[in-house]
Amino acid sequence: MSMNNQGRPTGIEPENRRRAVAPGTVTAEEMATISGDRGLDHEEKLIFELDHGATGVDMPDVQVAEDRLGGMRRKGAIGLPGLSEPEVVRHYVRLSRMNYAIDSGLYPLGSCTMKHNPRLNEKMARLPGFGDLHPLAPAAATQGALELISQLMTWLTQLTGMPAVAMSPKAGAHGELCGMLAIRAAIQARGETRPRVLVPESAHGTNPATAAFAGFIVDEVPALPNGRVDSAALKAKLGPDVAAIMLTNPNTCGLFEGEIIEIAKAVHEAGGYFYCDGANFNAIAGRVRPGDLGVDAMHINLHKTFSTPHGGGGPGAGPVVLSDRLAPFAPIPLLVADGKGLRLIEDAADAPEGAKPFGRMCAFHGQMGMFSRALTYMLSHGRDGVRQASEDAVLSANYILASLKDVMSAPFGDGPCMHEALFDDHFLDETGVTTLDFAKAMIDEGYHPMTMYFPLVVHGAMLIEPTESESKESLDSFIHVLRALALEAKAGNTARFAGAPRLAPRRRLDETAAARKPVLRWKKPEPMKEAAE
Amino acid sequence: MRYLPLTPDDRKAMLTKIGAASVDALYRDVPKAAQVGLSVFDLPDTQGEMEVERALTKLAARNVAAGQAPFFCGAGAYKHHVPASVDHLIQRSEFLTSYTPYQPEIAQGTLQYLFEFQTQVALLTGMEVANASLYDGSTATAEAVLMAQRLTKRGKAILSGGLHPHYAETVETVAGLIGQMVRTPVTPGKAEDIIALIDDQTACVVVQTPDVFGLIRNLRPIAEAAHAKGALLIAVVTEVVSLGLLESPGAQGADIVAAEGQSIGNGLNFGGPYVGLFATREKFLRQMPGRLTGETVDAEGRRGFVLTLSTREQHIRREKATSNICTNSGLCTLAFTIHLSLLGEEGMARLARLNHAKASALASRLAQLPGVELVTGSFFNEFTLRLPKPALPVVDALAAKGVLAGVPAARLLPRDADAANLLIVAATETNTDEDFDALVAALKEAL
Repeated sequence: MSMNNQGRPTGIEPENRRRAVAPGTVTAEEMATISGDRGLDHEEKLIFELDHGATGVDMPDVQVAEDRLGGMRRKGAIGLPGLSEPEVVRHYVRLSRMNYAIDSGLYPLGSCTMKHNPRLNEKMARLPGFGDLHPLAPAAATQGALELISQLMTWLTQLTGMPAVAMSPKAGAHGELCGMLAIRAAIQARGETRPRVLVPESAHGTNPATAAFAGFIVDEVPALPNGRVDSAALKAKLGPDVAAIMLTNPNTCGLFEGEIIEIAKAVHEAGGYFYCDGANFNAIAGRVRPGDLGVDAMHINLHKTFSTPHGGGGPGAGPVVLSDRLAPFAPIPLLVADGKGLRLIEDAADAPEGAKPFGRMCAFHGQMGMFSRALTYMLSHGRDGVRQASEDAVLSANYILASLKDVMSAPFGDGPCMHEALFDDHFLDETGVTTLDFAKAMIDEGYHPMTMYFPLVVHGAMLIEPTESESKESLDSFIHVLRALALEAKAGNTARFAGAPRLAPRRRLDETAAARKPVLRWKKPEPMKEAAE
Repeated sequence: MRYLPLTPDDRKAMLTKIGAASVDALYRDVPKAAQVGLSVFDLPDTQGEMEVERALTKLAARNVAAGQAPFFCGAGAYKHHVPASVDHLIQRSEFLTSYTPYQPEIAQGTLQYLFEFQTQVALLTGMEVANASLYDGSTATAEAVLMAQRLTKRGKAILSGGLHPHYAETVETVAGLIGQMVRTPVTPGKAEDIIALIDDQTACVVVQTPDVFGLIRNLRPIAEAAHAKGALLIAVVTEVVSLGLLESPGAQGADIVAAEGQSIGNGLNFGGPYVGLFATREKFLRQMPGRLTGETVDAEGRRGFVLTLSTREQHIRREKATSNICTNSGLCTLAFTIHLSLLGEEGMARLARLNHAKASALASRLAQLPGVELVTGSFFNEFTLRLPKPALPVVDALAAKGVLAGVPAARLLPRDADAANLLIVAATETNTDEDFDALVAALKEAL
């Protein structure tokens, strides 16, 4: 191998390359290092274990001789570690390198829509006019922010074909709660009591949790062998005590509920409301309007369909579009336009005629930082780009389904899927390899696993959502690896599964031990002297 | 479209592999009647990065950012200096574009910072355990009340009149479904007699300190009275920088602390995303909402971290979960953790002292203005003034002159006639003497 003048290898002979990375060819002894670190992979202590009394922020040391703290001044230290800026930066950079990310590879988590997060979104959200704007600044100082919210509302109502939208919910589950509280208020306004909510067994866990949170009793509806909700069973459960159904469409099996319009009609005829979980809007945005399906309320995960970053688990945003029947019950704040411009109605008593807000979801007005990112994404795509993105997402999922269904088992693989392809663990029968093993083996191959064991309606589920962000080459590499893994499992080469992952920053972690004796925070080690006593 | 890698040829090849004539065939399960063409959407078509940036920049320019003016707004959201390294680090791809750490072997970065975050929150609040965040302070407060209702099997919650009105409304909206919500009268600058209201039906008492007017409350007697009746004390903190100088709620006997963490590491963002801090006693752990990160070992015995006790959560327990929360404030917790790590013990103490010194100096100057009364005798970095006339128009008039003077209490309590003349003023380390001069001069002129 030759080197260029910057010391980089200009070519790697395939033979050497294979030897260097092939599992089993490097002995544990060869891998052992003096430091415990391995090349670019550093072990990193907890920030508390790096404490040496430094500080990473320079500030004047003002002493407050006569405070006005009402006698409530802190007596003891907090116990925070002290480090300089370079140490803090290095600590978090090292931690970051232990994470998988969309930016570094395909992230096929079904139901999570791990699409590309454009950096323009980040730049726009950080414009001081948005990022450094106080939520209670006078209306005259916030007209641009209110206009941005108004534009985003237009996009959301246009794309969904719904007349109204509540912007304050802070994530998908919070949006579900908002929708269900609007339904509750609407039923109360009719002078009725409807305690039950129908939820298909394939639903996201947030659906039954939300229904219970909003004070309803959850009644499960079974799925049919074709992966759709059993509409006959659903209709049989309808009655004067049913407040709503909560249905995901496309559903969590990655399938469109074809009878949706009739189901909505039946629910409405029985006096109930149709809550649609919008987690899978990325399959249909720009092609299908939920309003045309009979939906009364649907949250939109801006962090899924509209590319605001997932950030390791949040923040998200979950605006809820509402039908005419539910719009009057939208929570405060409400955005209105009058002669002087846009303003927020922050008190229910000031609501316009006909509006009966059910309450307030949170302080202030929602996830503005996510709104600016989502609007940036929408303006970038345009209506044509949004539609193309949905179609590419569906095309990519079907391409994966078509390319894997002969070696893996696709319970609903006879027809097309929407934006995610569902497999079960039938193809692993008799191999001794589980869905979990299979997923962990993907980690060694450089991939984040798909969603595992969800939805619950198939055994050992593997739900793959490639999104529209992958090139064909990237999809082909992924397919190649999954095919090879499936064949390996069937051929009885199970060692690579049982021990996986071997090449990640950690081997499999003991989750049972973590739950049995929870250690949820660092504690200062006892001094040696006391320990000896 | 620059974000879509597939070319027309790729799409064709993929359709061939699938055996579909067109993309339309893939949507065959969707009723024809429900499929629409692009023309139904009254929306623009795709635009280049430059055009989009221009449109957003134009909108942003119509707002007055905190950094553009002498700025004194608080009331639940505070302007603090965030070190440059914080925003740089949270934008690293591996943090920004990762998901919830459900695959711990390739998410140790996220899991370790969450463990550090939980520890920092527990230390700051003086509690034993903290979760990996909720949405914000207001929703954390609502979750705290629900948790108290579960723990005590009682419905009634007593909400202090000093609790941020948005927080009180958020609590009432969800916990009001389960039990009676009693709000004490609003007594700006004074602690109401909340103890008298606690009875053996009471699940919890919710007290904010410093309260929405800036007044520092002594929680100890309230905790004792609550505990004597079998009720819990929920302490709410909307300005966590105060914990650098004030006794922690845990040390005062709080059972649950719900706080807004925005002040550390996070920008104002017109109200969100922020970060809800939630801490409690170890014995209440199983009823805690939200994600928790725990320490464990891997197959080689090395220390590692995982999400744990998830049998409390919706994806396992479904309708029996302690909360419906899924997505939380991940990246905001990271910003919080990095900023607090940069501050450290010494930095946090200095920051808090500086805030108090600034506010104290400003309060003294403003209180000397004719007709202006300082109503909060004790405070941290925020206090309330009673003006000789309604505060809302005064604030609007000052805004027109380029001074953001604070939050009129009427903005939060529009039905409360006594609040009309009250102005809530916050001062932080970001304020300069010139800012103070500008506010004093402008207010003097407006009165």
